[in-house]
Amino acid sequence: MSLFQLLNGLTFAALLFVVASGFTLIFGLLRIVNLAHGALYLFGGYIGFSIAVKTGSFIVGGIGAMAAIAAIGFVLDQGLLRFVRGNELRQVLLTLGVAFFLNDLALVIWGGDSFTVPIPEFLRGGVRVFGTFYPKYRLFVLVMGILVFIGLWVLLNHTRLGALIRAGVDDAEMVEASGVNIRRVFLFTFLFGSALAGLAGLMGGAFLSLYPSADAEILTFSLAVVIIGGRGSLVGVAVGSLLVGLLNTLGQVMFPELAYFVIFGPMAVLLAFRPLGLFGRAT
Amino acid sequence: MTPASKSRILGMTARGATTAAAILIVAALLPLGLSSYQVGLATEILIFGILAMSIDILAGFAGRTSLGHGAIFGVSTYVVVYMTSQAEMSPWLALLLGIAAATVVAAVFALLAVRTSGVYFLLLTLALGMIIWGVCLRWTQVTGGENGMRGDVRPAILVGQSAFYWAVLACAAVVSYAMWRFVCSPFGLTLRGIRDSESRMRSLGYNVPLHLFIGFSVSGVFAGIAGALYAMFNNFVSPSTVALAQSVEGVLMMIAGGVGTLFGAFVGAAAIIVLENIVSSYTQRWLMVLGITFVLIMIFAPEGIIGKLRAIFSRKAKAP
Amino acid sequence: MDRRQFLKTSTAAVAAMGAGTAPWRAAQAQATPIKIGLLAPLTGVVASGGKEMVEGVQFYLDQVKNEMGGRKVELVIEDDASNPDTALQKARRLVEQGNCHMLIGNLLANTGLAVANYVKGTGTPYFIPIIAADDLTQRARIKNVIRVAGYTASAFTHPFGDWCLKQGYKRIATISQDYTFGHEQCGGLAQVFTEGGGTIVQQFWHPLNTADFSPYLGQLAELKVDAIFAMETGADSTRLIQQYASFGLKEKTPLLMAMNGTDQSVIRTIGPECEGIVAAAHFAEGSDVPTTAKFEKEYEAKYGKIPSLYGFSMYSGMMWIDAALKKIDGKVEDRETFIETVLKTELDNSPLGKAVKFDDYGNPIYDVYIRKVVKRADSKFWNVPIETYPNVSQFWKYDPATYLKQPPYSRTFQGIKKA
Repeated sequence: MSLFQLLNGLTFAALLFVVASGFTLIFGLLRIVNLAHGALYLFGGYIGFSIAVKTGSFIVGGIGAMAAIAAIGFVLDQGLLRFVRGNELRQVLLTLGVAFFLNDLALVIWGGDSFTVPIPEFLRGGVRVFGTFYPKYRLFVLVMGILVFIGLWVLLNHTRLGALIRAGVDDAEMVEASGVNIRRVFLFTFLFGSALAGLAGLMGGAFLSLYPSADAEILTFSLAVVIIGGRGSLVGVAVGSLLVGLLNTLGQVMFPELAYFVIFGPMAVLLAFRPLGLFGRAT
Repeated sequence: MTPASKSRILGMTARGATTAAAILIVAALLPLGLSSYQVGLATEILIFGILAMSIDILAGFAGRTSLGHGAIFGVSTYVVVYMTSQAEMSPWLALLLGIAAATVVAAVFALLAVRTSGVYFLLLTLALGMIIWGVCLRWTQVTGGENGMRGDVRPAILVGQSAFYWAVLACAAVVSYAMWRFVCSPFGLTLRGIRDSESRMRSLGYNVPLHLFIGFSVSGVFAGIAGALYAMFNNFVSPSTVALAQSVEGVLMMIAGGVGTLFGAFVGAAAIIVLENIVSSYTQRWLMVLGITFVLIMIFAPEGIIGKLRAIFSRKAKAP
Repeated sequence: MDRRQFLKTSTAAVAAMGAGTAPWRAAQAQATPIKIGLLAPLTGVVASGGKEMVEGVQFYLDQVKNEMGGRKVELVIEDDASNPDTALQKARRLVEQGNCHMLIGNLLANTGLAVANYVKGTGTPYFIPIIAADDLTQRARIKNVIRVAGYTASAFTHPFGDWCLKQGYKRIATISQDYTFGHEQCGGLAQVFTEGGGTIVQQFWHPLNTADFSPYLGQLAELKVDAIFAMETGADSTRLIQQYASFGLKEKTPLLMAMNGTDQSVIRTIGPECEGIVAAAHFAEGSDVPTTAKFEKEYEAKYGKIPSLYGFSMYSGMMWIDAALKKIDGKVEDRETFIETVLKTELDNSPLGKAVKFDDYGNPIYDVYIRKVVKRADSKFWNVPIETYPNVSQFWKYDPATYLKQPPYSRTFQGIKKA
């Protein structure tokens, strides 16, 4: 695999990481498989796109997308999911209903055209990386992915909140019994995970474009990432993203006929032997 | 022999048998009062009812909700259409092959999935379904890729809409009966035991994975039957038949009817198919309405339509 | 949609079932409106295209004050959801419940093929201005499936291959969505190009909705070719064009595309990345032919956007049907005559500005433009003709009988002549 293809795989993995890390946090702590996560990604992309076009600022777009999606996350968690707490299947299907709704709402608001988030001037064009011409923006996505990873690492391992989240992933009842208001931690995690989806929507919207059904595609990839990595594990999601991103590139280059099989085949085999994923732990 | 079991007909109580016969007769008379399009809808409801029931065998009785049954269903559809249109096989033989293929796929899924439970089972079956979808989409030479395959699958005697409906109805009746006997059998009771407490069944000496494997495979046979009927219904197959949306639809029908009610599947299928069709004729925003409906069902009627009705009636009965 | 219509269906349908086409109904028919069932993807991946299909039809109906062949028209619109199963179900509804006299529409080939397979059994006239599958007017014709104002996928890439040879291109690589529509368009170009001495260096087939084109672009960049031909629709096209530019390939290798790749539905949301891309088509919205310009202006005034292929094709398709209906005084009930008449009718006042007629196989014969994306005065982008191939047959310069003996274009058969 050439350096060029390696970078392709890595940059795609970086985007997947940002999407899937939100997904896995929510899954890990709240036990919610949020199938509306893809819709949040797409919605975030659209909102970020609209703001970025209006204000001319990519950064404002990013902040707007995160805030808006966190707000939607708030409504989703407090307005809907609270009624079905504790029942995994009902939660999953409820989020699916929400995904349908958001999807169609996006179609109403933005129409079905495909949009691309405008990239700020300094990220346009390409640079030479070891003699290979490569778009700056994609490298930016890679850097963002790494930054988000570091940020999450610090949050989870070096803050009290992070310690609570980690403890909650392992045993939520224990944490609650120790007198902590775990519901607040849950809510924060949900909003934060949603905001990450919004951010990813804006990042992805600038090079993968936004269009109806983009949500389902990114959701499929994130599911693969989380299944491979294991529930609630930050390292797991990083490794999962890398595997899926690289396999996706490798698959398209070497086995174009089997493009999907290359991702889902190994995943199924892995699950057969490690049902909880590479880094998942039984609870 | 106890007195209760004496009055049983084919294992059903007298009341149950009468109800079943009455429903069957009403269903059989439907084509006389409906337009051919509506008969088509009714046929579709029956087919998807079978699919939803096959999911219920696992979800309601073994506590494992599968998001891969759409793929199992679709494999059967693919095989039937392929065998009749490309390999020019007789439709009857193709049907058998389709069901066999679905069973094999279900068995493979089962091998991989029986060790998991809860959300992981859901995710794993979802992923396995995605593989099937990917293969159907990309193996263009055989599956026709994105465009799918067309053919005249229906045998000559079933070409008429009503004739086909009756055939499907007969099939649905037999299959429902078989599934009901299955879940009421000692084997079915063991599955329920596993649903309620896996560890207890294990300590009682039951081979839990084996039971789940068999349960999953049997459920695959029924999903395959539904898929084969769907091939005859549409004379057409494309990747959207094996897509995740198909599995999701099956699960939603099962839930809308009521998990563990088995026959509720038909009510759920009817509710969702009719909803999709009626709403989409009034508004372009049918997807939104569908989404909201799912959310409302999950919040207010998670026990499903049948379950809800039961609850309401039992409350009424108790009221003075 | 008429609400009462829906509610009273069961009684009406029962009555209709017994009645069939009794003589008294035919006599009464003139008074009743012509019912046209329009199938368009209003949700799903290609929803924006579907919306424009509806606009195209309504734009025409507005112009003729909702009257075709002397009868009122009742248009029933159904959403096929970009999904063949749904398309099939909606077609059943329009035909069996809505009693539509004809169907028109569908965008994605799989939805069109599913509906075509269904109407084969019912005999309902079904018009397909957008569905381009070669075999519908070649090896697998269905009599009542008619390509009014539509085209055969490979018909425009044949002359395009010829044009490539004229540019002196020797080596071309193709990248395309992996389905019949792509196989056919690439095949058309590949066959003519290689038979004229060119080489197809490599062909890439990727699944629809490929999120990331970078793996393919990486390989394309290393091939050292004179031009790259890309066959993409919808969002895939948007992404390919943008990623092609961002990876710096735009400056290095000319990008040629199938017409759908640079259709307005795609380029209206793209910036300068799409400038200069060349495609071949029967319609170019930036043409200075007066009728085209007039259509473009009026459409843009009404809908606030430059018309795409979808709007144009549906509009012209309706016009073609209307022309035929006028000849038979709107008697759509006589399907045989209706279908025969459509096939014999010429479309002479369409936005194309030149009469179009069907060949013996039911495919329209067009002048094919080689067109280029250029910036308009208001800095929107559109397609402008740079060269014209007059009267191009779907069989190009081949003898139809010989041509039909070769297999249909597929991933494995691209008509490539080995050097």
